[in-house]
Parts: sequence; structure tokens; C-alpha cells
Amino acid sequence: MELCDLTIHELHEKLKKREIRSLDIVDSVFKRIRSVEPKIHSYITLTEELAFIQAQTSDAMMEKQKDFPPLMGIPIGLKDIFLTQGIQTTCGSKILEGYIPPYDATTVEKLKQNGMILTGKLNMDEFAMGSSNETSSFGIVKNPWDLERIPGGSSGGSVAAVSAGECIAATGTDTGGSIRQPASLCGVVGLKPTYGRVSRYGVIAFASSLDQVGPLTKDVTDSALMMNLLAGHDPRDSTSLDEKVPDYTRSLIPDIKGWRLGVPKEYFVKGLDSEVEKSIREAIRLFEKLGAKVDEVSLPHTDYGVPTYYILAPAEASSNLARYDGIRYGYRQKEATTLIDLYKRSRTKGFGVEVKRRIMLGTYVLSAGYYDAYYLKAQRVRTLIRRDFEKIFENHDVILAPTSPTAAWKFGEKTDDPLKMYLSDIYTINVNLAGLPGMSIPCGFTKSGLPIGLQLIGSHFQEEKLLRAAYTYEQSTEWHKRRPKL
Amino acid sequence: MNYEPVIGLEVHAQLLTRTKLFCSCSTQFGNEPNANTCPVCFGLPGVLPVLNRRVVEFAIRAGLATNCQITRKNIFARKNYFYPDLPKGYQISQYENPICTKGWIDIEVKGEKRRIGLTRIHMEEDAGKLLHEHPVSRSKAASWVDLNRAGVPLLEIVSEPDIRLPEEGVVYLKELRRILMYLDVCDGNMEEGSLRCDANISIRPVGTKKFGTKVEIKNMNSFRHIEKALYYEIKRQTEVLKGGGTTAQETRLWDPEREVSESMRSKEEAHDYRYFPDPDLLPVEIDERWIEKIQSNLPELPQKKRDRFIKQFQLSPAQAEVLIETGEIASFFEQMLQKYPDSKKLANWIINSPFPVTKLNPDHLTKVLTLVDAGTLSSNMAKEVLQKVYETGRPPEEVIEKEGLTQVSDTAALEAAINEAISENPKEVERFRGGEEKLFAFFLGQVMKKTKGKANPKIVADLLRKKIGR
Repeated sequence: MELCDLTIHELHEKLKKREIRSLDIVDSVFKRIRSVEPKIHSYITLTEELAFIQAQTSDAMMEKQKDFPPLMGIPIGLKDIFLTQGIQTTCGSKILEGYIPPYDATTVEKLKQNGMILTGKLNMDEFAMGSSNETSSFGIVKNPWDLERIPGGSSGGSVAAVSAGECIAATGTDTGGSIRQPASLCGVVGLKPTYGRVSRYGVIAFASSLDQVGPLTKDVTDSALMMNLLAGHDPRDSTSLDEKVPDYTRSLIPDIKGWRLGVPKEYFVKGLDSEVEKSIREAIRLFEKLGAKVDEVSLPHTDYGVPTYYILAPAEASSNLARYDGIRYGYRQKEATTLIDLYKRSRTKGFGVEVKRRIMLGTYVLSAGYYDAYYLKAQRVRTLIRRDFEKIFENHDVILAPTSPTAAWKFGEKTDDPLKMYLSDIYTINVNLAGLPGMSIPCGFTKSGLPIGLQLIGSHFQEEKLLRAAYTYEQSTEWHKRRPKL
Repeated sequence: MNYEPVIGLEVHAQLLTRTKLFCSCSTQFGNEPNANTCPVCFGLPGVLPVLNRRVVEFAIRAGLATNCQITRKNIFARKNYFYPDLPKGYQISQYENPICTKGWIDIEVKGEKRRIGLTRIHMEEDAGKLLHEHPVSRSKAASWVDLNRAGVPLLEIVSEPDIRLPEEGVVYLKELRRILMYLDVCDGNMEEGSLRCDANISIRPVGTKKFGTKVEIKNMNSFRHIEKALYYEIKRQTEVLKGGGTTAQETRLWDPEREVSESMRSKEEAHDYRYFPDPDLLPVEIDERWIEKIQSNLPELPQKKRDRFIKQFQLSPAQAEVLIETGEIASFFEQMLQKYPDSKKLANWIINSPFPVTKLNPDHLTKVLTLVDAGTLSSNMAKEVLQKVYETGRPPEEVIEKEGLTQVSDTAALEAAINEAISENPKEVERFRGGEEKLFAFFLGQVMKKTKGKANPKIVADLLRKKIGR
């Protein structure tokens, strides 16, 4: 096994024992990138030179210190939705091609302060709109487990890179499942924290009331290590909550005896692939064997999640994307003659089909005369969905569910039918509407060797419970140790 | 048929905060274009707004001072539209549930008391500014965006359509401006755009209740323009209706040079702003304690102060009106009264001062007024002394000594001057004694001339009487 296939905590141990240097890891990662990136295309921008410079600095610092932060000297990739000072940030869109931000996102600042090495900016669905990474203006990302299949979206580049060893861990964002669904389809661990747990400052907004930043890692321990760093109040983000940040590694206890787990009956219906269902059922049985009590529970408003999401998310997106007008930064179409013409041409050429579809949807549902019927109604449904969950958490610790109804599908399979595509996020979207933390961990493979993900959903600010349950499961299984053959 | 106008005014007042509404950039006026900016003002990707709580406090102050109800749960909304000086593609404003509602301001026009209702006061951010000529290179080949003003906090104050005459509108605006300035929430500087006004005007047959079709006139920034624009628009609409036509609902712009209003856009082109609650900002809860604290710190408002001044200091309404024009003058007046208790005399001195009297040291002013009362300085000399004190900042004693400005009351010196005047003008003495009384003033003038105006006129008159008889 190469260094690039190891986890953060494994590499940290080796660095501490002086067995390796950060430079060795960076070297291994970029060797892997050179060999597999042409096939996978998980990066939009590579920062190799910077990575080597940062590794040198980290090595020099680590030489002097006995103790150093777990992320120091570890190569991490950033979804191209995180603003990086001086480094092109595109959000997967042509309209931001060549855009060099003048400041770092809070998450990037924190990672830098802790000595992480930046490998580059990872490919993604344009403005995080998509479930398959087929909407990126910079080309599609392929699933490392099967190059004819999608990696999931919108953090597709991030999960593909982690899974293929093109970085040790990555950051993602999750608006309707964009961390958990691709994590599931590429066999990595993805955690979407509680809304407000991690700062959104410097993260390009898709739907502000749903977006949340989270880690993509090879195992649960790495997820806890990343959370220690990402979580916390940011005075620059009014929606980030001022709650104490626990040491998440303390949740890594392989014991959930006596816990009550809920399995929502509405999540096991037509459309759920039988192979996926089999793996999920097996995982649930294992939890029972490990001492948890599992009940069937009900989330009666489940079916309303997807339509509610596709009113609220586009509404916010239509407003958030108004700033890309070709005036002050980003792509500007040159042939325009008047102001309105400039807006129209720049936005017509700069945005892709899916982004335009959602801008139009959002503009429609917010317009005078339709606002009450769509936007306001959707907000009310959102409250009902949140209450469904709250009720279950009155006497359950964690909810177990599939992450995605199917394993990774082939390119083009759902691109002609947006509604079919939207339904692929059916198990993840309600968690965002309720603002809850959710996590996807590997729980099996299909006969054809595609990863399957198990979703754990917790109550507000109960990431610790998710990590503990996930860790307990992980300690009894080997799924997370498999790597794709490339 | 006779028509009456129905007028409602919307005022935008820029708040006197040091920093912007949603970031910590400076609000200072007159800096280089884009000097007061950061990623938040620029609406760069990834930025988020953080509320300046001082703005909420200022809005509550304004609301309490205008008899409004304060909304407890405040939500900021996005007002979406495209314009190059609007960096995010939306303005953060309040829509439903503005922070202040249902207030009023009392005014007096031509001796008649009127109550003008306030529909709402809400908080919002300002947009930037477009320059169609480069400020340095003077190039007209392109348009330039200056975002110094973007994100500067504003209060939008909307009146009920209670105004019937252009003069009423102006008096209402003046009173509103004065209240805001008293509260220290706005500097009232209309030239710099700290206070701007939009007017909604319609006319209807006298005696009817129904409103006519309303026209909005945008962005006026002087009382004179507003009054002229209102008169113009009333006349224009009346002529249209009397000619059998109908007025269109539209937005018009006032051209202060040609003194006409011109159509800017009609209702058909009106925007659909697609308001919705800004998901980047949490609702602002205002509790009773906060309101009480602000209430207890409110200053005495101009109208109350005026009534008190009239009663307490026996001033005329006109005197009181001038003295309460700004809180600064009013408090200077009251401060001076501690040292110089003759309120009427003091009021006259303050009102007639050719320079901003509040710039004087109260002790200096007291000194000069006391010298006038003692007869050491004539009123004219006192004015001269004060002017010098104002210009140099030196104490009056020093100015008087240096300029030799004390009044001559010494009889011997005055007698010499009188004798001189008599001997130089024997014919006039003759005529005066013959009954030409008005020549007395001539002699008085001669003596003043000889003493370079320093003679105490009362003593000179007494002496003159004795010398030339009658």
C-alpha cells in the first residue's frame, strides 16, 4: 500500500514516529495523481508547487515539535466551492473561470493554520447543482470503482479523489446530500454536520439555508479529526451557532449497547435497489448484534421532501446567483451592446443547463402572485418535516437509512430526465430541510463491485452520536479498507 | 371641478454609524472611489452579512421619537433586481413587519396644527454609485462603479398620504429632519445625500375619498426642489384631468434645472422584486429591556423643547423656533442661561449672531454681554469684539485691549470732543438753538466720529444738552 492510500491518523502516527516526512506523502499523492487523474478527472486546479512548499514548511516545523496537530503535513483537497486566496476558484462554472479570490474561506484559514497541505481544487457539479457530477463546466468526474459510472454529486471530485488516493481527505458541501450521496457511491465516509455547526463564510452559496460544510475521509476516525477543526462559531457567519465544540475523537468508542436506533419505514419502498436494501438490512442486523435496539419508525412527510427542496433551494439559488452578472468579476461576454444585453449574454454563456433550470424555477416560485402558493407553503412543509424527525429523536439516538436508493449509475442514464435525477437524493434531502447532521459510511458492495452507503442521521448537534455509532460499526467491518483498483 | 392633491413622502435617511450595515467598512463620505470596501461590500462570492446592532438601536430611537410601535421580531428580506451598482443582485431590506409602524409627526402650517401619520420605518442598505466619467482620467469611454456607499445603513421613513399641500410636505420634512438630527441618528446633510426624498402624488376631486392614480417622483435632495416638484406635478395632473385625459401610474424624475418632471418608467415596466427572507441573517429579536433603555436615553424633542422655551423663558414663538433649530443651539442657549440669566436679551444675541454662535466659549460670550450691560461696550462694538473672538479664539479682554475697543465714558475727554464739535460748526449751533431739533443727531454723530465710535452715546447726549441748551 502506498502512503497516499493511508488515512490521516495512520500518516500522523508515522510522522510522529519520524518514519516519514510530509514531503514523502505529498510525493506519493502527486505520483498517484499523475497516474490516475487523466482517467478520473477529479481536479479542476492542481497546486503541486504550493503543496511541496507547504510540505517543506510543515516538515521543518514538525522537526522542532514533539506534538503537532493531526492535520499537519497531510495533503487535503478542497471542493472548488471553497474560496482560496490567490488560487482560482470556479465552483465548477464557466462564469467563474479564472476568478482568483482575494480572501480565504474560514474553513481554508483553519486548515492552513493547522498545517494542512493543499493538493488543489476539486471538481464538482456547477454551483453544486447536480447528483452525478455531470454538470461541471470543466468536464465530468469518473467513479474510481468503475470508470463508466458517475461518482455522485455534487462533491463528486472530492470523493473520487479521496477514494483514489489523490488526496488523503477532502472538504465537501452538502445542500441536499452532496456529501453523503457521493460518499456512498464512492465508498468513503462523508459527514454533513448540523446546519450552523461549520462556518459558511467563503463558501460559494447555493442555497444558504441548506448548505453545510463537512469532511470526506477514508474512515470515521479521520472524520472526527476533521470535525475538530471545522466546527465552531464564526463571527463572520451569523447563521453559525455559538455552541461549544467537543473533542470529536472522544466519540470514537466501539460501544453502543443499549442505544435505540430508528429505521424509517418510508425509506424502504419501491425504487430502492434490492442489492442496496440487502446491504442496509445486514448493517442494521449487525447494529442489533452489537447491542443496539432497533425499531421501525415513521417519518410521515417523507414524500414531500423532494418537492419542498426543489422549491426552496432554487428560490435561494436564483437570488444567490444574481451577483454573477459579468460586471465586477468572472466571465463577461464581449459582444454585448447594452447593459441588459451584457447581463443576458454573459449569463447565457456563463451558466450551464442545470443552473439555468434552477434559476428559472427559483425566479418563478418567488415571483409576485406565486410566492404564497410555493415558497411560503414549502416553508410550512419544511417545518412539518423537521417535526417528524424531532418526534423520533425524543426516544431514539440515531436513525439508520440508505444513503442512496441505488449504487452508482452509468453516465447519461438520468441526465435527460431531471425528475428522475432529483429522486436519487430522496434519502438525503429531508435531513438538510430539517438542519440535522447526517453521515454516510461504507456498508457493502454490489455484485459488480460498486460501493453501498449506510446513512446515519442524528438530532441537532449530535454529531458525536453519529461518530460513535459509525465507529462501532466500522470496527466490526472491513468495508472501509477496500480501495478501488486503478 | 376642483381637485385636491394627496401626497405621501418616502424619506431615506443615512445613519450616523461609523461602520456599514453588514460589515465593518467605514461610512465616511468623500473618500476615493472604492476606498471604503471589502469583499462583503463588493458582494464577492462566499461573503455573508453580519448585522451592525447600532443600526437597530438607531431605528428604535427614530421610531420611539415619532410615536411608532416597535416590532419585536425583525426579519431582513432580499429585494432582488439587477443593476451594476447593486453588487449582490439584491438589496437587503425589510419587507413585511418593518421595525417601526403606525407613528406620527405633528406639524404646524400657517397656524394650523396637522398630524402626519407614519406608515413605517425600516432598515436597509444603500447601493453603490455609477460614474459615467472616470474621476481621475476623465475618460468617458466607460462607466465606473464606486461601492463606497454600498452597504451604508439607511432608514426608509414612509408617511401616510396625509399631506395635502406642498408647504405641508416641506414642513413635515423639516420637522422629520430636525428630529433625526436631535436623535443623532442622521446628520441631515441633503447635499451629500444623507437625506433624500421620494414623493407619491395624486389628485382627486375635492370631497371624494377615493385616491387618484399616483405618480412617484424619485430622489429629490433639497426642500426647494421638493416644493417645486410637488407644485409642478399637481399642476400637471390637474391640467391632464381638466383636459379630459387620464394620468398614468408611473415613476417620474424631477429635473431641477428645467424645473419639470419627466417620465422614467411606467407601471407596466415595474419591478417584481421577489422579496423573501434573507437566509443568511437570523431574525432580530428586540426585547422590552432594550426598548426601555433606548427610551430612557432619548433627548427632549424639538417641539417639546420649543413649548418649554416659550413657557420657561418667556420667549416669543419665533425666537423659540430659531433657538431649537438644532439641538446644539438649544443646549448652548440653556448652558449660557446659567451664566447670563436674561433670557430675552440672550436669545436676541444668539439669533442675530452673524456666525455660528455655538462655536464661542460661553464664558467669552458672557463676558461681552456683561460689558454691554455695564455700558463699557456699545452693541456695535460688542459685535465687533465677538467677531474677533470667533475668528481668533482669543478671550474678549485681550481683543478689547488690543483693538482699544472700550467705550469712552470719561466726561473730560468727551467734553473736549463736544467743545471741538461746537466750535467747528457755529452755524449749526445757531440753527439748533433756533429750533432745528434734528440737528441734535448731527452733533451726536460729530462727537462719535471724533471719538472713533467709542463714546458712550448716553453720556454724550447728556453733555450736549447741557452745552448747547434746549
